[in-house]
Amino acid sequence: MLAGLADTPWSVLVILWPLVGALACFLWPRHANPLGLLAALGSVACVATLAWQVVEQGAQRHAVGGWGAPLGIDLYADGLSLLMLVMTAMVGLGISIYSSGYFDRKTAAVFWPLWLFLWTALNALLLSADIFNLYVTLELLGLAAVALVALAGGANALTAAMRYLLVSLLGSLCYLLGVALLYHSFGSVDIAILAQRVEPLPSVWAATGLMSAGLLLKTALFPLHFWLPPAHASAPAPVSAMLSALVVMASFYILLRLWLEIFPLSGAALGQLLGLLGAAAVLWGGIQALRQTRLKLLIAYSTVAQLGYLFLAFPLGTSFAWKGALYLLLSHALAKAAMFMAAGNILRFGGHDRIADLDRVVQRLPLTLTAFSLAGISLMGLPPSGGFIGKWLLLDAALYSGQWWWALILITGGLLTAAYVFKVVGYAFTPAEVSHEARTVPARMEWTALLLALAAVLLGLFALWPLTLLDIGSPLAGGYAG
Amino acid sequence: MNWDSSLLLLIMATSLLPGLVIFFLPEERVALRTTLNMAGAVVKLVLVGVVIWGVLHGYQYETRWPLLPGGLDLVLHADAESVLFVTLSAVLWLVTTIYAIAYLEGSPHRSRFFGFFSLCVTATVGVALAGNLITFLLFYELLTLSTYPLIVHRGTEEARQAGRIYLRYTIAGGALLLVGTVWLYDVAGCVEFDHRGVLAGLDDSDHAALTAIFVLLIAGLGVKAALVPLHGWLPRAMVAAAPVSALLHAVAVVKAGAFGIVRVVDDVYGVEFAASLGVTGPLAVLAATTIIYGSLRALFQDNLKRRLAYSTVSQVSYIVLGIAIVGPIATIGGLVHLVHQGIMKITLFFCAGNFAETLGVHNISGMHGIGRRMPWTMAAFTIGALGMIGVPPLAGFISKWYLGLGALDAGQDWVIIILAGSSLLNAGYFLPILYAAWFKAPPEIWPAERSWGRRETALALLVPPVVTALLTLAAGLLAAAPFSPLQWARFITAQEYTP
Repeated sequence: MLAGLADTPWSVLVILWPLVGALACFLWPRHANPLGLLAALGSVACVATLAWQVVEQGAQRHAVGGWGAPLGIDLYADGLSLLMLVMTAMVGLGISIYSSGYFDRKTAAVFWPLWLFLWTALNALLLSADIFNLYVTLELLGLAAVALVALAGGANALTAAMRYLLVSLLGSLCYLLGVALLYHSFGSVDIAILAQRVEPLPSVWAATGLMSAGLLLKTALFPLHFWLPPAHASAPAPVSAMLSALVVMASFYILLRLWLEIFPLSGAALGQLLGLLGAAAVLWGGIQALRQTRLKLLIAYSTVAQLGYLFLAFPLGTSFAWKGALYLLLSHALAKAAMFMAAGNILRFGGHDRIADLDRVVQRLPLTLTAFSLAGISLMGLPPSGGFIGKWLLLDAALYSGQWWWALILITGGLLTAAYVFKVVGYAFTPAEVSHEARTVPARMEWTALLLALAAVLLGLFALWPLTLLDIGSPLAGGYAG
Repeated sequence: MNWDSSLLLLIMATSLLPGLVIFFLPEERVALRTTLNMAGAVVKLVLVGVVIWGVLHGYQYETRWPLLPGGLDLVLHADAESVLFVTLSAVLWLVTTIYAIAYLEGSPHRSRFFGFFSLCVTATVGVALAGNLITFLLFYELLTLSTYPLIVHRGTEEARQAGRIYLRYTIAGGALLLVGTVWLYDVAGCVEFDHRGVLAGLDDSDHAALTAIFVLLIAGLGVKAALVPLHGWLPRAMVAAAPVSALLHAVAVVKAGAFGIVRVVDDVYGVEFAASLGVTGPLAVLAATTIIYGSLRALFQDNLKRRLAYSTVSQVSYIVLGIAIVGPIATIGGLVHLVHQGIMKITLFFCAGNFAETLGVHNISGMHGIGRRMPWTMAAFTIGALGMIGVPPLAGFISKWYLGLGALDAGQDWVIIILAGSSLLNAGYFLPILYAAWFKAPPEIWPAERSWGRRETALALLVPPVVTALLTLAAGLLAAAPFSPLQWARFITAQEYTP
């Protein structure tokens, strides 16, 4: 029995299960909710089994259909992709449970196939072993995301979705050009093969530039972030959660893979540039978030700032810095999903998300407010949250390498985060009378937000396992490397 | 063995678990909430008693949780210093809980209040028991987060403003502390608290970095300890309810800052190594400045709680001064004041709360003849105030005596002038209150009087200040008895200095 489990190519099932779920929801729209939840639970189970397999047997490479790398499609699961898969599964399960209470029956029939398809694309992306499959999955992911943004309907959402679509296509196109250049120069798209063959040729530099630019656009790194706030803020709450927590992370993940495995020669200058842009994002996103008057826009700008932190690892380049950035990414995914869900609850309950008028709402939603605050604690990087661990590792790397100015950015960013989080939380304590008739919020929507936020905070206490997981077959192994 | 490692966690749990349960209790479950609060406080006190016994008999209590690869752990550890602080907070938590239950009777959002109240005590106990800087940092930040809701609890614009300012100071302070902690980790590896300090063995080339780190750490801690010029939040935070102010000023926030400074100077750097780095001199000057500045500002406040708040600014720096003088006798004075200031100041805040709650008196100008209307409360207030001034045989006298002797012993005679000047100023802002309260004629009607029949106020409001006033008296009179704060401070100091 156990041997059978160990031999099963779970990486294929991780992709197939949500795909089958999406088809089922599409075929039987009247049962979309239970089918979707079933698919979500199944996906989580598949990822859990794959995790067990990787921990037991080391990194997994599976040739789909038995064809093998140069011709067929390879799936590759090492510690890095596994960690991202686990994070996706956790957030994905949360989003699924939340959505089952959020949408009415008609919208749910449209939502579930799209969402499960997005999940499929994301899992496939995280398991891709070659840069062309990465392109395909990235494109699929983008299309599903655009459709989900448009789900809210209305002129605002459609404009935002259209802009999102154009940006997404432009980003993928740049990336694809880079893929073509690399394929032309070295005759392969497999990451492992490219890593051996790559040389510092002009075409590699061009490919690096094009691919990085496309991915930065999709990751919304300052100053390419302009499309993110409207798209993330106008979508329905669970969609905002998946966009901010999962979709932007996908392009960052690709960038990280390329950077670590194919472009190790890209040199310090580009790393410094990325670091600078990241720093600018932290500051600009923080200041913009502070200036917002609508809750969802505030959270969206917070995403811009939080994404900036991830890029501070590039100029530092040590193993600890990468792990710190990944840990930030992980805790951000949990925290930001929780935050958007909390905003969704508030919006549902009070009918608006004007920060200045929140007081009457938040008093009657203590669980939701707690979720928002706990998520905020993780974003601020206060102990013992996952954000704290990430920040600690980055701070340590910055001071260790003598580049103390990045530490300054990290600290300033934390202070800005505290400012905009408490700007919202402060309204919970006004003695305002509750004056309006409110719509009730289903308990599962409140509890999902709370549990995700709690996970983000407690993530810091359980850092050893994820950090050692990262060492399995991945380029991040070791202590102070580089 | 098992028992030893779980005891400290149990002590934390006695306030954490009731707190978490209380959050979910409906407002009207008063009896259950009170039971939970009191049971937690009493059990904690008993467990702390066990730890005191154990530490005296040479037991080691330690709990570890691995945080990051490379040996960075969260550590709870009970040594003589933690025991001093834990005992203070356990005793005063019990008293304050009784007081708060009576004080807040019938006001809204009590479950929220007592939930955060318990979290706040958990954080304080964590600060006391932390065995290294990163654990300390964890609870220090938790303290910030759990006191904020208490400060803004009333929800008035003034309270929210005070809360905002409080956060601005403390979060910035926490950030400085974080940078200092990371940097120290970078220079010296995992640093765990030790009686003699742990940095003395480092290379000379690191000394510049160590000095910079010291400045960062002290600045981060100085915010909560209300060292001038980082004290701005404290006088504003007194808009909070009386039990909160009492806790804030006596045990929780301010004391956590002061205790952190003690930890950094004594147990991270080591007193003697810190002195050789040349950082204790400036720290002593800073503390002295704070002492005089706080007292001067206190002189000109008419609002009673505000005057007490500035008095806290001044008094807490005695602790820092005692540490920074560098000498065994002064260290005893600083450590013992950690306890003495706590019991005296909590008495004063309880009394101020009683005046406000019973008679609606908030200002000193309205306190004429208040001693005749509320003799027991005013008697407690008098003991607290005289103790602050340093009148023998009260607790404050013991602190000042040891500080003065210690300064002379260490050859820092200028401290005597500071102590004398400060005592004079203390007398200047406390004696007029006492005079007016006892000897001037009371007004025809009090601003907002509530009647409790023959008693001057509710029993649960009266007992806590009387008890803490008696403790003030006892800590002074029985200073030579075993288990007095003074003896415990001697016990700690004996471990710190090279014989």
